[in-house]
Amino acid sequence: MKKDELIRMYSMMLKIRRLEERLLELFAQGKIPGFIHVSIGQEAVPVGVCSVLRQDDYISNTHRGHGQALAKGVDLRRFVAEIYGRVDGFCKGKAGSMHIACKEMGVIGSNGVVGGGIPVSLGTAFASTYRGNDRITVCFFGDGATNEGTFHESLNLAALWNLPIVFCCENNQWAEFTPQKVHTKLENLSIRAEAYGMPGVTVDGDDVLKVREAAEKAVSRARKGEGPTLLECKTHRWFGHFAGDAQKYRDPREIEEVRNFDPILKFQNLLFEMKVLKPERVKEIECQIKSEIDEALAFAEKSPVPGREGLLEDVFA
Amino acid sequence: MKEVRYIRAITDALREEMARDESVFIIGEDVGQPGGSFSATRGLQEEFGPKRVKDTPISESAIVGLAIGAATQGLRPVAEIMFMDFLTVCMDQMVNQLAKARYMFGGQYKLPVVIRTPCGGGLHAGPQHSQCLEAWFAHVPGLKVVMPATPYDVKGLLKSAIRDDNPVLFVENKALYGLKGEVPEGEYLLPIGQADIKRPGRDVTVVATSRMVHQSLEAAQTLAKEGLEVELIDLRTITPLDKEAIFKSVEKTARLVIAHEAVKAFGIGAEISALVAEEMIDCLDAPIMRVGAPYVPVPFNPEALYLPNAQDVINAIKKALEY
Repeated sequence: MKKDELIRMYSMMLKIRRLEERLLELFAQGKIPGFIHVSIGQEAVPVGVCSVLRQDDYISNTHRGHGQALAKGVDLRRFVAEIYGRVDGFCKGKAGSMHIACKEMGVIGSNGVVGGGIPVSLGTAFASTYRGNDRITVCFFGDGATNEGTFHESLNLAALWNLPIVFCCENNQWAEFTPQKVHTKLENLSIRAEAYGMPGVTVDGDDVLKVREAAEKAVSRARKGEGPTLLECKTHRWFGHFAGDAQKYRDPREIEEVRNFDPILKFQNLLFEMKVLKPERVKEIECQIKSEIDEALAFAEKSPVPGREGLLEDVFA
Repeated sequence: MKEVRYIRAITDALREEMARDESVFIIGEDVGQPGGSFSATRGLQEEFGPKRVKDTPISESAIVGLAIGAATQGLRPVAEIMFMDFLTVCMDQMVNQLAKARYMFGGQYKLPVVIRTPCGGGLHAGPQHSQCLEAWFAHVPGLKVVMPATPYDVKGLLKSAIRDDNPVLFVENKALYGLKGEVPEGEYLLPIGQADIKRPGRDVTVVATSRMVHQSLEAAQTLAKEGLEVELIDLRTITPLDKEAIFKSVEKTARLVIAHEAVKAFGIGAEISALVAEEMIDCLDAPIMRVGAPYVPVPFNPEALYLPNAQDVINAIKKALEY
């Protein structure tokens, strides 16, 4: 792999982390309405997967989908403006953190309903087949969504029709407040793929290069018209289900221990060893990310709150 | 004009639109080789191939979801949900995804999706295959709800629904599938959102939908023998609702009866009657009367006692006239 690409992936992971840390602070200060779900600790999954996608590929993302959208390449300023609910957001402020879509970057739509986006992602994949192009779709969802009926309906149909899609289970091992062992008997969720006649793979979702390698195989398979793959990336959720969640349902030791799996630190150390990255360069990258985030936040804060004039718009075309 | 059955008018509309526009495709359970549960898609897979007429597993959420995603990319899916009752199985896709995708995403997408589905009783299909649930969907902003009663209307409206850039829930009536009516040979379109006066009259306005249009027509013919002239408005479209047509007629007759097959309580009759009460109560000479099914599930038997009929419409009209 080229050095630039490794640095780009590292920077993207760091950008997602730093942005979400800022969002948590701003949320606590009451500057962001509604509620937000951060993906801190899970950055390797979207970055590894999206690093092998083209701009014209599609992703369907989740309520914990900031990282997925950013890794797909959405504009940071308009992204943050949407989280703020402002008119310059991708969705004119009507979507907020949970429902962001960005058509130009192929982010079909984040979904506030667990498992709700899985059937929709069949449609973009179907459109590629119908039109005979090689654009593929990655459908992100969590471990909790694999117990929804939509997951099973969609995997069956995608396999049956050989759709160009990668089902990416970003398994942070918590379905909201419920740990995996309480919501399924399975350890590896990827074995569910076999029931539908598609390959299933489980990888260390905290290792961005392992995620990328597995995603590359699945994506290339889909692009060649060989059908879907279920890719399970096992990762860790550092914070609560939503910002402000006190996580009383979770063992405090576990909350501490998950930080040992830090995908960014792991990758950074590897890049140090590979002599691709030096501590000085990390400082530069941090600096650059900070100014980008500052600028995006300033843009969002300056953007007007939607008024009455747009309230009734866009119900129908 | 030639006589065509309601079901064949649907097939003709589908065929014409598929021939006209490559981006139109059909998806649903048994729609391909079997030609659909009620034969609406008969012969279409043979004609257009399995790429454009897709049989699916029994997976309503996957069907509707796939239609949504495909529509975001400019395709024009026509999905069949075998019975209206089965929309309950894919309510998230209908209500949270399809209806909201345009508004929620700030107008980035057009959603030219048609969901065809048959409603209604009369076939002894029982509690889970006979419901009229149009009011639920009319209550969700973002969906157009069309409910044609005649072969002529079903063809012209289905063609318009397929060309519409918005989600359209196209509610057919299975008891009407065999009904024959005049349909022109050439192409025609009927506008979504426009009611039709099926019979002009001066004494009382009856607003009806779907099968109740025919029951109301029968009622009007019976009352005509007594010298009473009923104005029958077939809504054809539930949302967007043609308020003007209703208001204009009520201004003339000062009496309003609303007839639908759905359960009377909390139905579209309630909405229409509230609109008229809000905006033109001074024009009314009598209380607004509603005809609808009783507040029970649709029984396998005695189904005939459950279904509202022409006599119920006559009784309601008489009550309104005798006030």
